[in-house]
Amino acid sequence: MNARRVLAVARKETLHVWRDPRSLGMALAIPALMMFLFGYALTLDVDNVPLAVWDQSGTPESRELLSRFEGSRYFDVRLGALGYPEIERAILDREVMAAVVIPWDFAARLNASPPAPVQFLLDGSDANTATIALGYAEGVARSYTIEDAARRAAASGVPAHAAPLELRSRVWFNEDLESKNFIVPGLIAVIMMVIAALLTSLTIAREWEQGTMEQLVSTPVTGNEIIAGKLLPYFALGMIDLAVSVVIGKYLFDVPLRGSVALLVASSAAFLVGGLSMGMLFSIVARSQLLATQLALMITFLPAFLLSGFVFAIGNMPRPIQVATHVVPARYLVSLLRGIYLKGVGLEVLAGELALLAAFGAAVLFAASRKFRKKLE
Amino acid sequence: MSDAIAVAGLGRRFGAFHAVRDVTFAVARGEIFGYLGANGAGKSTTIRILCGLLAPTAGRAAVAGVDVAADPEGVKRRIGYMSQKFSLYPDLTVEENLDFFGGAYGFAGRELRRRIDAVVEETDLRALRGAATQSLPAGLQQRVALANALLHDPELLFLDEPTAGVDPVSRREFLALVRRRVRRGATVFLTTHYMDEAEYCDRLCLIYRGELAALGTPEELKDRLMKEAVLEVRTGRPLEAAELLGGLPEVRGAALFGESVHAVVENPDEAVPRVRAALEAAGFPGALVERIPPSLEDVFVSLVEERDRREGEIREVRR
Repeated sequence: MNARRVLAVARKETLHVWRDPRSLGMALAIPALMMFLFGYALTLDVDNVPLAVWDQSGTPESRELLSRFEGSRYFDVRLGALGYPEIERAILDREVMAAVVIPWDFAARLNASPPAPVQFLLDGSDANTATIALGYAEGVARSYTIEDAARRAAASGVPAHAAPLELRSRVWFNEDLESKNFIVPGLIAVIMMVIAALLTSLTIAREWEQGTMEQLVSTPVTGNEIIAGKLLPYFALGMIDLAVSVVIGKYLFDVPLRGSVALLVASSAAFLVGGLSMGMLFSIVARSQLLATQLALMITFLPAFLLSGFVFAIGNMPRPIQVATHVVPARYLVSLLRGIYLKGVGLEVLAGELALLAAFGAAVLFAASRKFRKKLE
Repeated sequence: MSDAIAVAGLGRRFGAFHAVRDVTFAVARGEIFGYLGANGAGKSTTIRILCGLLAPTAGRAAVAGVDVAADPEGVKRRIGYMSQKFSLYPDLTVEENLDFFGGAYGFAGRELRRRIDAVVEETDLRALRGAATQSLPAGLQQRVALANALLHDPELLFLDEPTAGVDPVSRREFLALVRRRVRRGATVFLTTHYMDEAEYCDRLCLIYRGELAALGTPEELKDRLMKEAVLEVRTGRPLEAAELLGGLPEVRGAALFGESVHAVVENPDEAVPRVRAALEAAGFPGALVERIPPSLEDVFVSLVEERDRREGEIREVRR
């Protein structure tokens, strides 16, 4: 490879990008747009579940239980109902997602055996939220039971029973279990994959479509020099996109970055080489800008989105799909970035992932270089 | 000194289609060699093979002593190529294009500047250095493409229909630029379907349906290949006259040439009075009938017609 010729190609490619404000704007706007869109919209937190209550008993005890639902930040009592038809209508209208029904003999049966049943109705059409809301409701009911028993024991002078099992949880790395802390690092990986392949998917195909390839291949420039020269400006653009995403993550979403910035940059760079080479490979094979772009979107975006563990936990997938995720390079970047961002771990833990990303980059680059033919057909 | 280009039995097949078949010729150094043929005759395919852009499927070709199949990159370093379709970067300026292609040949710094200045002077593009290439008219685009092909001072220049779609004045200027390079020692191989451009060449090769149909200087082709004579017929109604002449038994073929009709006849001394009489009888009074030296186009047309006739006969026999 001759450095002068590589630089000549890189300079020319930079001019193309610079002269085409639309695609330059897109290259810079897409990461910001995706950060806003997914960062805000893709929240998995469940807060303020709208709730209906029907208190048939109307006793101090039932009001005490209801006040606990009202006081919880997980529930928002929207409706005091006076019967099932009203609850059903409210759920159908999506006014509430859940309802608490306290039976008329609640106070009397509170300490009896079997204990007082309290009905909790859930809209299962959103299974995910329903499951989480059910967990919250059980927590509210349990703490009420424990405190009520303790109070009765104290009032009657009888020493309290030994408290039942109490689980004291403490969450590490994402203390408040905020989903943005978990989404944003993965999102950066998805953005890098999509942007990288899109950026380069046009470059070679455009030369074929414009007819400029004919002049280019008549010069002594080699295929590797063309590929290297074309990669350079897009690599720089990709790194700018990384910086934009990291800055948005830090200052807009307040995602803590605990690990090494150098490792973050290094692993993203290795990944970027792979992504850019992949776009280049599509461009070489398709020889048409439209087809190459579609290939880039299909082959990079969907797997990066669905199979990288970015939103959907790989551990919950069926076995064959779990196996398939091993060939999705975004998977390794997602776990690298989460490790760096939230756990602050370094190479001692992430070396394997980094090596795989480097191998991916090298393999795709090699494939692109092999596939490029300096010949007309 | 060896030939600039030596081609023997060259062929290129695309599937079942023979774009070029068994072509043999040689081009001497310092020659302007014309490759003349209709669209689709195999001109571009040949020039691409010679430039190392397309691999031949049969035969051999050496350019500047380098075998095109064995060392296409060696060929590329020695030649300048101007493709048929304008193929510089439309979004870059003239200067930026020259800058890039100069870099692609490995030049940089002061050496690159010197070369760009030289070709810009040579092709008279000083005023247009900063102009976007896509905004230039076709004639100027061709000149930029030529400047580009000259940057590395190639021994050989390959021009694929360099003046297609260019006005006659620009065409003449362009050919003068090419001629100047030849005087400085370059060899030129150009394809064309313009007869006036072909007349400009030192030697010509007629290609028809991928095969070599004739080879020689323009004069040789006119004297040697044309056994028949050409009559020029001038009347007020050339279209009807051509139709009438085509139907006469002594006329082999009649074709419109601008305002006049060219009729090809075997025996001009007998044919002239008969043609005149036929025209009078058909209501073309005062038609001028005159024997003229054949133009290249006449040669080309008659050659093609004869080939078609012969091939038709072969097909008849085979059936």
